[in-house]
Amino acid sequence: MSFLNNVITGISLGSIYAIIALGYTMVYGIAKMLNFAHGDVIMVGGYICFFAMGRFHLPPVVGVLLAVAVCTALGIVIERLAYKPLRAAPSLAVLITAIGVSYFLQNSAQILWGAATKTFTPIVGTVGDSSLELIPGQLSISYVAILSIVCCVVVMIALTVFTGRTKMGKAMRACSEDKAAAQLMGINVDATISMTFAIGSALAAIAGVLMCSAYPVLSPTTGSMPGIRAFTAAVFGGIGSIPGALLGGVLLGIIETFGKAYISTDLSDAVVFAVLIVVLLVRPAGLMGKYVPEKV
Amino acid sequence: MAMLKVDDLHVYYGSIHAVKGVSFEVNEGEVVTLIGANGAGKSTVLNTVSGLLHPRTGSVRFMDQDLKGVAPHKVVERGLAQVPEGRRIFLQMTVEENLEMGAYTQPNSAIAPGIENVYRRFPRLEERRRQVAGTLSGGEQQMLAMGRALMSSPKLLMLDEPSMGLAPILVEQIFDIIKELHAGGTTILLVEQNAQAALSVADRAYVLETGRISLSGTGSELMASDQVRKAYLGG
Repeated sequence: MSFLNNVITGISLGSIYAIIALGYTMVYGIAKMLNFAHGDVIMVGGYICFFAMGRFHLPPVVGVLLAVAVCTALGIVIERLAYKPLRAAPSLAVLITAIGVSYFLQNSAQILWGAATKTFTPIVGTVGDSSLELIPGQLSISYVAILSIVCCVVVMIALTVFTGRTKMGKAMRACSEDKAAAQLMGINVDATISMTFAIGSALAAIAGVLMCSAYPVLSPTTGSMPGIRAFTAAVFGGIGSIPGALLGGVLLGIIETFGKAYISTDLSDAVVFAVLIVVLLVRPAGLMGKYVPEKV
Repeated sequence: MAMLKVDDLHVYYGSIHAVKGVSFEVNEGEVVTLIGANGAGKSTVLNTVSGLLHPRTGSVRFMDQDLKGVAPHKVVERGLAQVPEGRRIFLQMTVEENLEMGAYTQPNSAIAPGIENVYRRFPRLEERRRQVAGTLSGGEQQMLAMGRALMSSPKLLMLDEPSMGLAPILVEQIFDIIKELHAGGTTILLVEQNAQAALSVADRAYVLETGRISLSGTGSELMASDQVRKAYLGG
């Protein structure tokens, strides 16, 4: 039964990674840049929800919506101020800027909210009743895990419909393939890039709240490790590919959980990255990179 | 009145002076061609007109309005479409999605009739409407690129080397289409290395050499010119 419990934990953790990985992969697909500040947007989302619920006693739904709104705006502002001026700059300059933005967000959070770790109240379930017993005493699934998996599925379906059926979503795919040609169609590439950052950051807010509900500690560096793992998941699945982010995220969650359960808690990250190295040696484009016609 | 008027255009790539004082105009209903060898600056001129490149000096006027500082996507809205060199269709999108992108500036109600129109002109595209564009042959891709540009109902259609990399029979087909579009009243600016074919469909032509216009005249005048025959038509 512990095997099944681990599978459930792995999938729910992986669902959160997948939601974060989508932000990396969509931004990479369109702006061709690695937004290393993405993980820190997760942290901001966590804090916003924490204060909305803890200090202002707003219901969890409102807290989540506020986090989404703030992070969406934050994503658009970051892109406009930090990345847009570097549109024509070498990618190394953009990469270093992204790392700079990441530290800027962490330090700002430390100044605004202090360095001390805060205890996050999960948005679903209570201390006494936090999980659903499937087989009493043996197999259970936490409400947060259920919510994470549901969110991931809903986000996946919504994004697939968005990129496949809507005008804006198709324009995004066109931009990711060929920006100059997209401009010649009359597509406003700057607005499309802005939109991509907005969507990615909104997803980061959702992931942040789920992450903090599952592992209820919050500090200014809360986002950095999940951010790096989710980035790994995006590369693992094939960066630029939406289904790749899902596959990479879920696999990474399962590998990490199994690594912790059966190998060593301390070595779980080493296991994750070792698997990444092996996958990239065999398939340099990632599991679903290149073979997926729908890249965003 | 000229529909498109380019005046003393100078364009640089960094310190390279690619276009050195080019002036020409296109009148409504005309097919005008810009011919010249590789590297003469033909695509640079088109991309400057489209707003993808910015001139150091000189002006581009379209429908009597200056295009200075107008973003490329706004240029399309004004009725100026370009079929870029190398077609540049969206290879991972379907044929129909490519056409929809062409109509990006149009109201939604214009998309279905526009697609109908393109399919009437290019029945091959209708057969392949659900196919990913990357699976099309070179000729079909050129048709798609042209159809996609027509989706914006342009007042002026600019074609950058539509014959590039195509078999002679397909080149003929593409030029037949240009003639049909001309007959239907579309104004066309055609950039070509294939001078023979271009001059045969053009009302007027300009010869571009290393960033300058070296010769201009009607299509038949240039066809008869010794200079052009020697340089581009194989004696």
